[in-house]
Amino acid sequence: MDDMMFLTFLATLVGAAWRLATPLIFASIGEVFSERAGVLNIGLEGTMLVGAFCGFATAFATDSVLLGLLTGVLGGMLFGLVFAFFTITIKADQIVVGAALNLLGMGLTAFLFRTYYVSTGKGIEIAQPVHIPWLSDLPFLGEAFFQQNLIVYSTILVAILATLVLYRTSFGLTLRAVGEHPKAVDVAGRNVAAYRYGAVLVGTGLAGLGGAFLTLGHSNQFVEGITSGRGFIVLAVVVFARWSPIGAFFVSLLFGLFYALQLMLQAQASIVVPYQVLQALPYIMTIITLVVVRGKGAAPGKLGQPYEMR
Amino acid sequence: MSQKPFLRIDNIRKRFGPIVASDGVSLEIQEGEIHSLLGENGAGKSVLMSMICGMVRPDEGEIIYKGQSVRFNSPREAIRQHIGMVHQHFMLVPNLTVAENYILGQGSALRVINDMDEVHAKIRELSDRYALDVRPDALIEDLSVGEQQRVEILKTLFHGIDLLILDEPTAVLTPQETDRLLALMRDLVKDGKTVVFISHKLDEVMRVSDRISVMRDGRVVNTVNVADTDARGLARMMVGRDVGMELARNPANPGPLVLSVENLTCRSETGLPAVRGVSLHVRAGEIVGIAGVSGNGQTELSLALSGLLPVDGGRVVLNGKDITGLDPVRINASGFSHIPEDRHKHGIVMSMSLSENTVLQRYDQPPFAARGMLNRRMISEHTRDLIKRFRIKSRDEDQRIGDLSGGNQQKLVVARELARNPDFILVNQLARGIDIGAMEFVMEEMLKQRDSGRAILLISTELEELFAICDRILVMFHGEILGELPPDRTRLDELGLLMAGKTEQPALAG
Ligand SMILES: Nc1ncnc2c1ncn2[C@@H]1O[C@H](COP(=O)(O)OP(=O)(O)OP(=O)(O)O)[C@@H](O)[C@H]1O
Ligand SMILES: [Mg+2]
Repeated sequence: MDDMMFLTFLATLVGAAWRLATPLIFASIGEVFSERAGVLNIGLEGTMLVGAFCGFATAFATDSVLLGLLTGVLGGMLFGLVFAFFTITIKADQIVVGAALNLLGMGLTAFLFRTYYVSTGKGIEIAQPVHIPWLSDLPFLGEAFFQQNLIVYSTILVAILATLVLYRTSFGLTLRAVGEHPKAVDVAGRNVAAYRYGAVLVGTGLAGLGGAFLTLGHSNQFVEGITSGRGFIVLAVVVFARWSPIGAFFVSLLFGLFYALQLMLQAQASIVVPYQVLQALPYIMTIITLVVVRGKGAAPGKLGQPYEMR
Repeated sequence: MSQKPFLRIDNIRKRFGPIVASDGVSLEIQEGEIHSLLGENGAGKSVLMSMICGMVRPDEGEIIYKGQSVRFNSPREAIRQHIGMVHQHFMLVPNLTVAENYILGQGSALRVINDMDEVHAKIRELSDRYALDVRPDALIEDLSVGEQQRVEILKTLFHGIDLLILDEPTAVLTPQETDRLLALMRDLVKDGKTVVFISHKLDEVMRVSDRISVMRDGRVVNTVNVADTDARGLARMMVGRDVGMELARNPANPGPLVLSVENLTCRSETGLPAVRGVSLHVRAGEIVGIAGVSGNGQTELSLALSGLLPVDGGRVVLNGKDITGLDPVRINASGFSHIPEDRHKHGIVMSMSLSENTVLQRYDQPPFAARGMLNRRMISEHTRDLIKRFRIKSRDEDQRIGDLSGGNQQKLVVARELARNPDFILVNQLARGIDIGAMEFVMEEMLKQRDSGRAILLISTELEELFAICDRILVMFHGEILGELPPDRTRLDELGLLMAGKTEQPALAG
């Protein structure tokens, strides 16, 4: 392969990686909030599907990407409210409720999609790349970094904002304490349950946004099971990222890279590996990650445990 | 006293289900005094103080503070009235810094934290004023227990206090740290604050208090001026009988070698060398003590012996079997009992019942299990037996162990470990939080174990504990055994020098 071709390949790869990482970035930063508060939400797959579907349905009706994103977030939060009610108020097991919500999310979106949309076969208008003068036209760098749509760019903003909220506000400070020593928070006069609700809502709202990106910023269609396991990969991302938002951003990019590599290698005629193997790449990497980055040194001490008030 | 009391507790009652924790307790605290609270394990000291600081709500009765009847619904309301409490179990968030812990819950929830510099400055100023040595940017999880305690005390000062309640603060401190704490209490009183002090150590209580109240079965049975009493009198008031300060004991009759440790080295959890080539031998029928200022590798030594910390070098042989680096399950199964330093981390599961905690290491073995099923009846019976023998104050064997008083939790750990019929018993801080009556009982039990041929290694920072039951005392300093002495109080100076790392002769091994 000559150098020019390789550089082009690389530029396309990086550009695609960021795009493919975007839903992971939103959802994993959200899950960082949730887990920092001690709530392990494995129902993200279902939540992201709901976000994807709500986003699609809204854009279908209104032709507005922005409204679609907004309902995606709200749909995710609605799901989050159900999760929070059962795990925080009723104190049901987080894993069981999460698994139930995954099934509900898959079934519900598939049902609604088949009932109302599948026969129309019509796509929606999706967010277009913005052209940044000069930067977008740079050779290689332009394609790698400056030909994305606004939603993709906003991931940087979300990562920075999340970091500021978590480490520079009273809310973030309390949140970090809630997952580690809820009783100390209780004694300090803050309502542990309220903070956990808040963390779950932030988490599921962002997961909904990540899901909505799939239909509004990436493909122009809703497909049953469009998230294809991303909600589970997010859980691995959070562990690998050691529960930090900036970490979640970069680890998501890494996983985005696996997705992009898989797609682009499939397109290379010269590669003889069966495409199923390539498709499995992100999932294999997830398992490897979880094995290599074990040891829960940084995990919130009370992750997954309900808190009994006095 | 004619003076109007600063704090008056009037006929307070508090029950937890069938358990009466406070049974019409009344108490008066004067402004500017150090008032000590004594009582057996489960007498209701912690519960009473928790009610004063808003953690627990009384069922009946009245609290009159600065001349006004108060009713706190949360600790926050008590803090606002300048009442601060340092609990038996610390309330610090381990993954936050000192300063972050202090501002937790302060101000509006949506506030941007932009005053960290001022917070740090205020902490430094208070720390300097009372010589507390607290760094505002230190992470709690990196601090030792003694340091965490100073952080807790400074936290109350940070929020402002007129009344400070200290619940068994010295149980986890070294003698040096204790001296420092007692001096601090005096300084606080000089600054016009009032201190309530709970402790099981009568000498400390005698040294620092102005007045002393004794609790029994949820009531205050007596309040005395410190000048009008002595340690013996206090002990009698507490337990209702004379407590022998000297235990009767037979001379040791050491048998065959049970535990031998050769040249053991290991690192602490933070990766620093902690045990540097320790060799020691314990024979059947003797109690070997390890004295030393805490932080000289005792914690790591006991964790490494019991399989909770990786061993870097050396050998541990128990009854002729090499147990170096085995996992705790196998070590436990080789006749090894361990009464750990930190019962919450290594001794018990707080959310499980007494029964479940009793069989933690043996739930899968007969008689507690048969054909893969638990024998609940056997487990309950065995637990009930231990509760009775060790006088563990509890509702029944199905009670959550986390709801027991601190000393009663410790008693269960001791009872369980002795009941396992071990060949060797490793003890790190035997009496953590145990009252003097129970202490006497537990020490007698240890001597009985010795006389029936068990080998015992007792690590302690309490010299009294070591003198009372050990047959020989090793001194640990900086990860090494510096020397050996007989348990002879007349050689206290020599012991002190060794503990400070000063040797005349070349280092001896036990
Ligand atoms: N949350 C709770 N639920 C049930 N019982 C409790 C609870 N808290 C305390 N108790 C019971 O109340 C009694 C008094 O306990 P408290 O902790 O005040 O004893 P204490 O005097 O502090 O003893 P120690 O010296 O061992 O710390 C004990 O019998 C204890 O088991
Ligand atoms: Mg207590």
